[in-house]
Amino acid sequence: MALIAACGAPAYAGVLADDRADVLYHRYEGGGVTIDGPSILVRKKFGERFAATANYYVDMVSSASIDVELTASPYEEERTQRSLGFEFLNGKVTYSAGFINSEESDFKSNTAYFSISQDMFGDLTTISLTYKRGWDDVFRNVRQADGSLTRDPGFAESADRRGYSVGLTQVLTRSLIMAVQYEVLTDEGFLNSPYRSVRYIDPESASGYSFEPEVYPHTRTSNAASVRMKYFLPYRAALEGQYRFFTDTWGIDAHTAEVAYTHPVGERWIFDGKLRYYRQNAADFYRDLFPRRGFANFLARDKELATFTSYTVGVGASYEFRVSRLPWVQKSTVNLRYDYLLIDYDDFRDARLTDPANGVPAGSEPLYELDANVIQLFLSVWF
Amino acid sequence: MRTSRVRIAMSLLALGVAACGPIEPWVKPYERENLADPIMAFDRNPVSTAYLDHVYEAREGARGAVGSAGGGCGCN
Repeated sequence: MALIAACGAPAYAGVLADDRADVLYHRYEGGGVTIDGPSILVRKKFGERFAATANYYVDMVSSASIDVELTASPYEEERTQRSLGFEFLNGKVTYSAGFINSEESDFKSNTAYFSISQDMFGDLTTISLTYKRGWDDVFRNVRQADGSLTRDPGFAESADRRGYSVGLTQVLTRSLIMAVQYEVLTDEGFLNSPYRSVRYIDPESASGYSFEPEVYPHTRTSNAASVRMKYFLPYRAALEGQYRFFTDTWGIDAHTAEVAYTHPVGERWIFDGKLRYYRQNAADFYRDLFPRRGFANFLARDKELATFTSYTVGVGASYEFRVSRLPWVQKSTVNLRYDYLLIDYDDFRDARLTDPANGVPAGSEPLYELDANVIQLFLSVWF
Repeated sequence: MRTSRVRIAMSLLALGVAACGPIEPWVKPYERENLADPIMAFDRNPVSTAYLDHVYEAREGARGAVGSAGGGCGCN
């Protein structure tokens, strides 16, 4: 990097992305949980050197998930996220900075980021460096006698997050481009859910088990590295492959592989298809059923920390159109995307099915499986 | 032994000089028609990509290194 900086960059300028607005409706349905809402993303250039991006995103959650069914009552919740980012282009260097705020009744998160990227070697190579810093406040809601949820005044925790990433995008041939990225994320503070419990063997309980609150370590550092390749096929279509390796200090190793194909039809239609495979092993302190109460310093039964394999099949269609009454609109697309997600857990059992009287004692229930339908409908306008 | 050290030193020097010289792009700007096609963008619909990344991050233990390095081929 120092050598590259010392040699200097060619004197012609880079380009900021075009002005664009997107309005999206998203819906996730699976595992007893429905989450839907809008996302609005607007990007606007000011001259050739400045650009601003704003996003407003809402998750409306209606949850009767397996965790909620076991230890709590179904609930409804709303999360609102707002972000604002700025870009400044100076020759071949783009400076970006921004702020993201996320709020729900029992969780508040603020993140600030700064990024610098440089095009070099005749624009065949782009190197990016990003630093981000986040601050979370965690609260807990308790259900009142009248059924309403209010914040527990005796519970307030926090967490600090930091992230460092370096990326390289490289043109390899006139039809092949590659991107590699390495990211370190490190968190410190209250990192578990204030609601979730672990279960342990309890001979005095009718079901054979009881619950106690989960306890996570107060630090977590993860490393992730990914490589993506995209190839332009001779008949105007694109084939993309992606692999990511992940490892963290909680003992989770994960592999993600994805293949995607993009196929335009005529001047107006673009169709997409993708297959995604994900596999992780459990965190060191995860167990579906602990042998006794207070078995270890750290205890987790969060299925996201279990051993599992996840599969996604996704398809999308995009239709381009122009509105003659709106001459300031260069082009518009309406897009529909559907993803089917299936997760097979290796060590997370469906504890709702425990029935010792009929030969299903705790720890022998069927393994849990989650499938979800993810739908996105969005309109994009370039102006 | 001495000869090979000199050769290594000369090679390193040549590499350094070459690195500071103008690097000829092996894909010329006028050869980037395919890469400039919108279907070749790593992130054609950022609003959709950000949403799906959020879905995966909520369901899976892994996180990070999901974005492209940004920009890239300078073929706009």
